[in-house]
Amino acid sequence: MTKYVVKRILFMFLTMFVITVMCFVLIKLLPLPAVREMGRDINLVLAKREKMGYNKPIMVQFFLYLKSIFTEWDWGVGEQMYEGLGIWDVMMQKLPYTIVVNLYSILLSIPLGLGLGIYAALKKNKWQDAVISTMVMVFISVPSYVYAFLVQYIFCFKLNWFPLQLASLSQAGSLVSGKMFVSMVPAIMSLSFGSIAGFTRYTRAELSEVLTGDYMLLARTKGLTKAQAISRHALRNAMVVILPMIIGEFIGILGGSMIIENIFGIPGIGNLYVNSINVRDYNFFMALNIFYTLIGLVSGIVIDISYGFIDPRIRMGSKK
Amino acid sequence: MMEEKMNRDIPKIAKEKFAFVKRTDRIHDERLQTKAVGYLGDAWNRFRTNKSAVVAFILILVLLLFALIVPVVSNYTITFRDGYYKTVLPKAGIFKNSGFWDGGKRETQNEAGYLYLNAIGAENGKSAVMKEYGSFNDSTGARFYDLRIDSYNSVGYVYVNLSDAEYKALMEYQDKSGIQVFYPLAATHSKHFVLGNDGANFWYKLANESQGNSGAPVLDENGHYINNYLFSDDPEKAGYTGSRIAGDGENGVWYTYAQKNQTGYKARVDYDEYFFYRNGFHASFLFGTNQYGQDILTCLAVGARFSLILAICVATINFCLGIIYGSIEGYYGGAVDMIMERISDILASVPFMVVATLFQLHLASKVGPVVSLLFAFIMTGWVGTAARVRTQFYRFKGQEYVLAARTLGASDRRIIFKHIFPNSLGTIVTGAVMTIPGVIFSESMLSYLHIINLDTSSTVTSIGTMLANGNGYLNTFPHIIMFPAIFIAILEISFNLFGNGLRDALNPSLRGADN
Repeated sequence: MTKYVVKRILFMFLTMFVITVMCFVLIKLLPLPAVREMGRDINLVLAKREKMGYNKPIMVQFFLYLKSIFTEWDWGVGEQMYEGLGIWDVMMQKLPYTIVVNLYSILLSIPLGLGLGIYAALKKNKWQDAVISTMVMVFISVPSYVYAFLVQYIFCFKLNWFPLQLASLSQAGSLVSGKMFVSMVPAIMSLSFGSIAGFTRYTRAELSEVLTGDYMLLARTKGLTKAQAISRHALRNAMVVILPMIIGEFIGILGGSMIIENIFGIPGIGNLYVNSINVRDYNFFMALNIFYTLIGLVSGIVIDISYGFIDPRIRMGSKK
Repeated sequence: MMEEKMNRDIPKIAKEKFAFVKRTDRIHDERLQTKAVGYLGDAWNRFRTNKSAVVAFILILVLLLFALIVPVVSNYTITFRDGYYKTVLPKAGIFKNSGFWDGGKRETQNEAGYLYLNAIGAENGKSAVMKEYGSFNDSTGARFYDLRIDSYNSVGYVYVNLSDAEYKALMEYQDKSGIQVFYPLAATHSKHFVLGNDGANFWYKLANESQGNSGAPVLDENGHYINNYLFSDDPEKAGYTGSRIAGDGENGVWYTYAQKNQTGYKARVDYDEYFFYRNGFHASFLFGTNQYGQDILTCLAVGARFSLILAICVATINFCLGIIYGSIEGYYGGAVDMIMERISDILASVPFMVVATLFQLHLASKVGPVVSLLFAFIMTGWVGTAARVRTQFYRFKGQEYVLAARTLGASDRRIIFKHIFPNSLGTIVTGAVMTIPGVIFSESMLSYLHIINLDTSSTVTSIGTMLANGNGYLNTFPHIIMFPAIFIAILEISFNLFGNGLRDALNPSLRGADN
């Protein structure tokens, strides 16, 4: 197990390195955008460019880039947006919004999704199951931005229950205040429909498979009630598959949804990424590429390893 | 040894006791009464019984036909842009005056707005107000009207600049058809109005003639509008010989229908009739128009066609690449597999957004946004198919029935095509089909976020571009975003249902599972 984990992590670093090099070279091959005159920190940006060796060969620039990250934790400064501000500081300022919105969404979708999935599995092939499964099919297929438009139109415009845009930090006081929560509700709803449906589908599939297992029959035969058998045997076995999925979702919180953040004006990390592409700020773009790649890789590893920890029957890295 | 033993156990039977049975008949096996069901026949049988998959398949066909046929039969093209019929509402002929899908919208208007809208109909008989639900006074005593407004008729009149020939031709058309197109110029047109099509709709006497007027008229004692036309004593001013509106020419006062300017004539026309004269049909947009005056129905069909063609191209190319790559991995195994697997692992770890953006930044200026998008989808897209193919190879390579086939002397070729292939086909083909909705979704997301811009060439659009166009109009004109959103929702649901049905149908181990 340890050997497997170490191997996976080492390979993750290799992958990370290769992708970073590719990204860096491809970005450096693009024409360098001029520093905009409007920023008061134009000299700072120019000095930064000098320090990062913008007139040296690309490979030298890459090592300077890595050096400044590892020695000073310096990811560069914004050139086309947030001029002169440190990339890392801006990212850390945006990240809480993304985390809070997605956390609310997950805290809503996990219990709902699991509950609906369990209910559907227990009522398998009855009308309740048919209704839930149909809804799941619809909600899993329809893209999240379609819900976002619907939610925005119905709840923000027609019913006027929620504000159209996110409350600003100064208005709401803090990120977790009630006022902030209310203004986040449309985004949370749009994010949750899809993930509720996803959880429901997996739970239903897993649980209904587990329920037909021989050990369930044995549990009933030895005198457990149906509820006992389900909660002690079926659910635990179904969790082997569902729990890694939940863990994956929790890591995914960091990345957030670019399109939902864009629609509801959440100043999160996804929005920052899209903006950096649209204004061609390559320093932000590079840093966020690394960020997103890392999230993907880490969540993949954590999910795989968690299978081994949750289910003692699975031996990671074994030949058979 | 065995033989000896057997011989010992069987008692001796006298030879005479044996007799021939059916000596003259030849003995045959019983002929099979049923027809053999092949792989595809079996798949079709299973697919047919899956109602939702069949419905989904029909829906996909309908959407495909929609995308192919509508651009051909539509009155409009994607380059069609009308400067006046902007953001007009969806209108279907069969729902005329029904209060639903008839190009109307319920709105509350103040007194001035109400009279402004009514004035349009008062002149040419095409009322911009479809229905009055009622009126009320607010706390300050101002009167408000609850109306259903026709978004087509409320365009009303426009000023057009016609060349000499165009002017004459339009007059001729007017006389021949008997439809009044020209209407007298309004005297206030000399002032600069932005409201009411540069003042073309203010044909009546205004209560306040300053620039920031509200459009409120002065009414006579009977509650009628008082016209404010330009007039002279010359009935043929600016060469106008066409038919005239009622009430013209009384007491030797002739209304002026056109004015000569540097390029020709400036005239005031009924836009509905002028549109008919120019295009040969009355403006009616089944799905309404967007903020550029483009027909949403045509755009949607062209966009859907683009999205579907792109998705099918990507799915086909990825399918081929993935099968080649995956089968090499699965067939050779060992070190080759290990190295190839690491390469595809690295590619799979690059977020799609990064690939799409980098391709866009590097290639869009050289080969255009569409081709670079296609490259981006292919760059990482085949990894999924390759992984599926490889897994299938590994899964079935060690199976007992493959071993059995090999023991019976089957060749590699026979094992692959007769035993492994049918079993893995379901998963692989379903995977390929499911890339289609995935590509359409990704494309729409990238267009929506303006990471790719297809708008640069006005002959191409995509569903995502249309969604992005409607983004700022969700509150005021939800129809702009609604139709593309519904389209993509139906498409995604159909493909998912169809994919599920296909997976079950192509899985031969489910044969006879239901009955």
